[in-house]
Amino acid sequence: MSTSFDVLVLGAGPGGYVTAIRSAQLGLKTAIVEREHLGGICLNWGCIPTKALLRSAEVYRNMEHAESYGLSAGKPGFDLQKIVERSKGVSKQLVGGIGMLLKKNKVTVLEGEGQLAGGGKLSFKGNDGKAETLTAKHIIVATGARARTLPGLEPDGKLVWTYREALRPDVMPKSLLVVGSGAIGIEFASFYATFGADVTVVEVMDRVLPVEDAEISKLAEKSFRKQGLNIRTGTKVAKLDRHDNSVTVTLEKNGKTETVTVDRVISAVGVVGNIENIGLEKTKVKTDRGCIVADEFSRTDEPGVYAIGDVAGPPMLAHKAEHEGVICVEKIAGVEGVHPLNKAQIPGCTYCHPQVASIGMTEDRAREAGRDVRIGRFPFVGNGKAIALGEPEGLIKTIFDTKTGELLGAHMIGAEVTELIQGFIVAMGLETTEEELMHTVFPHPTLSEMMHESVLDAYGRAIHF
Amino acid sequence: MAEKILMPALSPTMTEGTLARWLVKEGDAVQSGDVLAEIETDKATMEVEAVDEGVIAKILVEGGTENVAVNSLIAVLREEDDDDAAVEALLSSGDAAPAAPAPAVQEAPAPAAPVANEDQAASAPSPASAAPVANAGGRIFASPLARRMASQEGLDLAQLSGSGPKGRIVKSDIEDALAKGVGKAASAAPASAPSAAPATRSVAAGPNAREMADMLGMSYRLEPLSSMRRVIANRLSESKQTVPHFYLSVDCEIDNLLKVRKELNAASDDFKISVNDFVIKAVAHALKKVPAANASYSEEGILFYDHADVSVAVATPTGLITPIVKAAETKGLATISSEVKDLAGRARDGKLKPEEYQGGTFSVSNLGMYGIREFSAIINPPQACILAVGAGEQRAVVKDGELAVATVMTCTLSVDHRVVDGAVGAEYMAAFKAVIENPLSLML
Repeated sequence: MSTSFDVLVLGAGPGGYVTAIRSAQLGLKTAIVEREHLGGICLNWGCIPTKALLRSAEVYRNMEHAESYGLSAGKPGFDLQKIVERSKGVSKQLVGGIGMLLKKNKVTVLEGEGQLAGGGKLSFKGNDGKAETLTAKHIIVATGARARTLPGLEPDGKLVWTYREALRPDVMPKSLLVVGSGAIGIEFASFYATFGADVTVVEVMDRVLPVEDAEISKLAEKSFRKQGLNIRTGTKVAKLDRHDNSVTVTLEKNGKTETVTVDRVISAVGVVGNIENIGLEKTKVKTDRGCIVADEFSRTDEPGVYAIGDVAGPPMLAHKAEHEGVICVEKIAGVEGVHPLNKAQIPGCTYCHPQVASIGMTEDRAREAGRDVRIGRFPFVGNGKAIALGEPEGLIKTIFDTKTGELLGAHMIGAEVTELIQGFIVAMGLETTEEELMHTVFPHPTLSEMMHESVLDAYGRAIHF
Repeated sequence: MAEKILMPALSPTMTEGTLARWLVKEGDAVQSGDVLAEIETDKATMEVEAVDEGVIAKILVEGGTENVAVNSLIAVLREEDDDDAAVEALLSSGDAAPAAPAPAVQEAPAPAAPVANEDQAASAPSPASAAPVANAGGRIFASPLARRMASQEGLDLAQLSGSGPKGRIVKSDIEDALAKGVGKAASAAPASAPSAAPATRSVAAGPNAREMADMLGMSYRLEPLSSMRRVIANRLSESKQTVPHFYLSVDCEIDNLLKVRKELNAASDDFKISVNDFVIKAVAHALKKVPAANASYSEEGILFYDHADVSVAVATPTGLITPIVKAAETKGLATISSEVKDLAGRARDGKLKPEEYQGGTFSVSNLGMYGIREFSAIINPPQACILAVGAGEQRAVVKDGELAVATVMTCTLSVDHRVVDGAVGAEYMAAFKAVIENPLSLML
């Protein structure tokens, strides 16, 4: 086996494997090191298996409402193990696909652990026990991130879960407390609540989905409450008392405490970069708050060592990692016209019910930045397709710069908005103004018409509301 | 089937032209070969002939319409078996649509500023766009946001470079330009216009005559630019700005020439050979002797032409045009003389065919008849040389140490130094002088 490469990628998550394929496409001799599963967290423990679970929840919810569509399905039931099996099957299929893609692109896959050894070297310890030293002109660190743990809230795999246990429950907990209302926490809360668990969400900030536009957060919270979720904002977990098969949680809000006893707790308080045990100490690579410090082309302080994706800092999203990796390796290959990633235009999607999707600045951010803004809003209830779908809840909000007509941000909540947001992403990427968006013909009847109406509304021209 | 009558292309490079006038009207019956209309391009007027016989059912583009796109529908001919439905079907088939809007799209935003181009229309709606700027570069790629910001900030996109994909100008480029204070469009204030005119403008970049005149309250008549005038402005500005000119003058004694001419003209009533005809012949003869002067510069290399195709500058009421005496080195004086007479006559009537004035490898411009002693002409690209011919006049000359009288004609060659170096140019002028002073050598 060859031990010398042009590009060596450490970690085969969504950032790493995409980077390796692009690298090979550019004619660079490429290898990728992965200790566990191709596809990383995203395919095995994150994005994909949760979407499979949430799809089961969505179908179940629809079955519960079958009557309102003129259908009779009786009282729907579910088999938790089959739901989990389906989710695993989806992951397995896609992981196999990545193996094929790497093979097709002639990327050498090395199963095992790698540690930077300085000077373009990587100490590799194969899962088969063999150890060797690999050399590469360029080493791209794409080791990703893992769940953050807070003192006193350490996961134990039985009572206090991270996303790993939450993805593969053996029984449906009767009651559940989710710590953190970011995308991960809210998606699990949504899944378990749909299947009947009594769910409490604790958020230290004053609103759920705190990175989203405040107006969207408010609508989301209202909808969650309507679905029976117990939302506790501005609240922190002071103490956990673990019992045999339950946990008593002490919550603290404004200095007042109260206790809640639940079957299980999910800790979803964010993720931290995997910077340990990869040999950074043998290099000049700098770290900051759990992430590797890298420049706009992912170069670290150690020549020939790069960092992309979660380990290189927020936003910790698969699509950001992929793009960062592609830009990094194109820069290495000397592709003309490579531009750094515009981090102001990275979309975010949360697949709870209702879905939330956004791009660009929130209204508060825009105002803080001193922008004079025009706001457009269009509610789902004004859209024919939304009514036909039986999904009348939701809002599409757009934010424009009053002077230039620049689209500063778009924020959506409601059915299928995670699939709609790309329209605004393309628009922002091409630097359209309200004028081009107004002149764009959106197909009727679709949910996307609301995007058009929201733009029109920003200029007082909405037709259907 | 009703027949479409389309705007013809008079030359391979023509994209639009002026439909000068219709010689028929709706309802007229026409035969194949009848002249239907006159089309004007930058250089010439051409007639549109009927190809089939029939009745003019509909005229879609009025006479006098400028900038009619080539191949747009200008009229419909109804043939014998056609009914109204056939004409209607053709009109509604969609082909009719492009005809009408074409002039509007190309037209400048303000009627008083006939030379604004589409880039300006998009980028600089300020009063500055009235300045006659012709941009040959074509479309500027810029994001809609960048366009709007540039327009709000008074930036000229043509002066900015883009950092987006394939050089597209994006928001950050505008922000950079604003930060650096570059790319400002020429100010609308007349006082500052002269200094603010950017160097990148290809034509008439200096003080805006109209703004100046308006400011000073001068009275004037504004005549819109004809397409010919526009081409002259563009071509010659480009030549003088981009072609490195140098000039070589010689005095030619033409007493011998005048004598030969007199004898030749006396010999027959069939022709009347002018001094200029001799000059054309001598130019061609000298080009055969010094072929290095019969050349053009191009990025791919120097083109050396096999024939001396001599362009002869002719003044017409609408401007300068240069019909060509082709392969003049193969033609006798009588042939050259009659060709020039025919070409010049049709040039003045605007009836030259494009192939009669496009091409040419060497130009001659003669202002001798106006008593001009000598002058320097601007090279007519892509040619490398133009010969400026002054008046033949009696001057005092020194011959063998004695003062004498001779008829002298000063000729000045303007040379593109990229193609022809000084020594080659001088060699050429020596060859020319030898022939012009001793025209009998033409017979050798």
